Amino acid sequence: MQMTKIVRTTADLFYPFCLTFGLYVVLHGHLSPGGGFQGGAVMATGIALLLVSRHYADITRYIRKNAMSLCEAVGLLMFIVLGLSGLVLGGSFLQNHLAGSGSWLFGSTVGPGPDPGTLATSGTVALLNLAVGIEVFGGLSIILLYMLSGLEEDTP
Amino acid sequence: MFSFCIRHLPALLIAAPLFTAFVVPLAGRLGSRVRAAWVALGAFATAGIGFALAAKVLGSGPVTYVFGALDHAQTLGAAAAFPIRIMFEVDAFSALMILISSLSSLAITIYSLAAESRQSGLDIFYAMLFLLVAGVLGMVATGDLFNFFVFLEISSLAGAALVAYRIDEGVAVEAGLKYALLSTIGALSVLIAIGILFAQYNALNLAAVASRLQFGTLDKIALVLLAVPLAMKAGAVPMHFWTPDSYAAAPSSVTAFLVVSSQASLYALFRILYTLYGHLLQFSWVTFGWFLIILGVLSAFVGVTMALTQKDVKRLMAYHSVSQTGYMLLGAGVALAVLGNAEALAAFGKTALAGALFHMFNNALYKGLLFLTAGAVFYRTGTRNLDRLGGLGHTMPWTMAFFMIGALAIAGIPPFNGFASKLLIYESVYRLSPFLSILAMVVSILTLASFVKVFHAMFLGPPRAEYAEAREVPRPMLAGMAILAAFVVLIGLLPRPFNDHMIAPAVEALLDRVGYIATILGGS
Amino acid sequence: MISRLLLAFPVFTVVALVILGLGAMLLKRNLIKVLMGLSLVESAANLFLIVIGYRQGGVAPIFTNVPEHPVMVLPTVQALTLTSIVIGVATTAMMLSFAMIIYKKYGTADVHKIKKLKG
Repeated sequence: MQMTKIVRTTADLFYPFCLTFGLYVVLHGHLSPGGGFQGGAVMATGIALLLVSRHYADITRYIRKNAMSLCEAVGLLMFIVLGLSGLVLGGSFLQNHLAGSGSWLFGSTVGPGPDPGTLATSGTVALLNLAVGIEVFGGLSIILLYMLSGLEEDTP
Repeated sequence: MFSFCIRHLPALLIAAPLFTAFVVPLAGRLGSRVRAAWVALGAFATAGIGFALAAKVLGSGPVTYVFGALDHAQTLGAAAAFPIRIMFEVDAFSALMILISSLSSLAITIYSLAAESRQSGLDIFYAMLFLLVAGVLGMVATGDLFNFFVFLEISSLAGAALVAYRIDEGVAVEAGLKYALLSTIGALSVLIAIGILFAQYNALNLAAVASRLQFGTLDKIALVLLAVPLAMKAGAVPMHFWTPDSYAAAPSSVTAFLVVSSQASLYALFRILYTLYGHLLQFSWVTFGWFLIILGVLSAFVGVTMALTQKDVKRLMAYHSVSQTGYMLLGAGVALAVLGNAEALAAFGKTALAGALFHMFNNALYKGLLFLTAGAVFYRTGTRNLDRLGGLGHTMPWTMAFFMIGALAIAGIPPFNGFASKLLIYESVYRLSPFLSILAMVVSILTLASFVKVFHAMFLGPPRAEYAEAREVPRPMLAGMAILAAFVVLIGLLPRPFNDHMIAPAVEALLDRVGYIATILGGS
Repeated sequence: MISRLLLAFPVFTVVALVILGLGAMLLKRNLIKVLMGLSLVESAANLFLIVIGYRQGGVAPIFTNVPEHPVMVLPTVQALTLTSIVIGVATTAMMLSFAMIIYKKYGTADVHKIKKLKG
């Protein structure tokens, strides 16, 4: 089904902000409330906005099930590979071997006490957040797509 | 490299099936052969890790594994007087369950490579299958209450999706929804119980909670909230109604693993009654022992009588698995009832518990085998209705042979494994109450009668015209059944080494509450 | 007395939510409403976890805005709740899609009419 022009324009305007805010929540998951699941869910809301405002057939030209299931698989794989990397480089599955290592990849150390928040901290936690974010974005989007495709068959 | 792998076995046990599950959709894009090869590789890897871990535990004592750190006190320092991290604790009882799950998962994966090859959506099927395996392995390996809840939910979700996998005009989806609803309510009840325990003892680790547990009103409520849903998931009688529906609707290979999954719930029930609450002074063993005994007798008797009237072969077998669960509850109940009486425990309590655990192992083997043969018959004939089957012994001799092995084992006929465990249960239950023992034997006779009927209806009689072109099933399916059948016969012929090296340590581990706690917290 | 009651108020809410949810699951005929009941029970469990994690005067352990001499709470229950929410999303999504398939195949979402399973 297709909604009115007002709804469509609003959705078009808002969905980039939804995606950006979702990404922000994912990337700042180790500094502020939020994280992979929440950010991924926010990003999927952007997709949901497009889905409800447009015709199903129109929207699937831009948002493909295949791409979303790829996102899902890649996110999950990234998570498990990070877990295994902890096993190989650290000493235990999911061990945070990057934290405080000084590496450019989220490895900075921070002193005790409050500070405005350094993005490049927390080691693998931030990377795990990113993996979960990608996975949840893909997973929730694909659920929405499947549910909507079922709806379309009922109301031609 | 080798010692590295050995040290990380508990983590690999979960990581291997998860990794297999997540790569399946990617492998599926490269074609069905790649996917089949990947799935087979994953199944062998998972089973190999499971066997290695079980061998290590049975050989050199319990294994603990801390996720995310070398030690549970690391980074939290002295503040971590209690283990706050996720930990796996694999003792001999867990090792027994890991053996069951690994063996069964290997057989059913090989079987489903051929059995499901005609279906669509195989990527999701295999992903869910390995997720189910990971969930069950996690349930039996974890030493953390909340982690147990997570794995319980993983196995329930994957199980429900697999039950509904063949949509079958909506009937399978209906069964899947029923399974999912009941599992979720059960899991939420477990979650609230975990919350109650956490609020009082500030710990989620099973050993830590067990070492601090009092027996106040709240703990009694928590016990009920834990025990009832787990008994439901195990398929004990007043709450058994979901079993026939979901077991019948699921693809046969999945049903064979759902049996293992319900036994993982049984494992958790025993773990909670013996390790978490057992040996508490105020805990009335007799009451809870008889609670299990009554559940067990009811399950055994109601299950078998319901099975006698069934027309659908998988529903019939599902009722039989309710009945077999009864035996395990009966054995464990007898041991729990005499837990406070050291003399009786040594005289027959341990034998009863050994019978129950041995029966869990045996049941997974022969019940899985029976479901796989039912699946093989369905694969060739397209029906599960006993009235419409017949004369298949002429065209499917191997399936018939495997079915016979499974049927004789479930009825407890001597050269097969069912006899060994049932004998232990009869003997020990007789010491507590001769009546219960006789009842258990009657159930066994009724089981035999029921399977003779099924055997007659499916395989004997003149060849039927409508199944003239029915042939033997493809080789992978036969291989899957053969793995299980080989173990059924092997354990039946040589029960003593299995009993001494696997079952007896498991019994000791389950009764040794102090040892379980000391493994994590140190000291005793 | 009143402050004690106020502290216990969230627990009463949990109990009320559980009762409402179970009531909806047992009494409602529409499948979607049954699933709503399940969601209510789920929220009750989550609320219960959050309630037991409440510490008077405790500070949320957010690194960037801690006060001078903080007493931070160990956010175990919050982590548990988050996990349970994630699992809840997955279960709800799966069961809703089951409900959709059932509606398509049976032409009804009335739980009294959905019973092809028998025996």
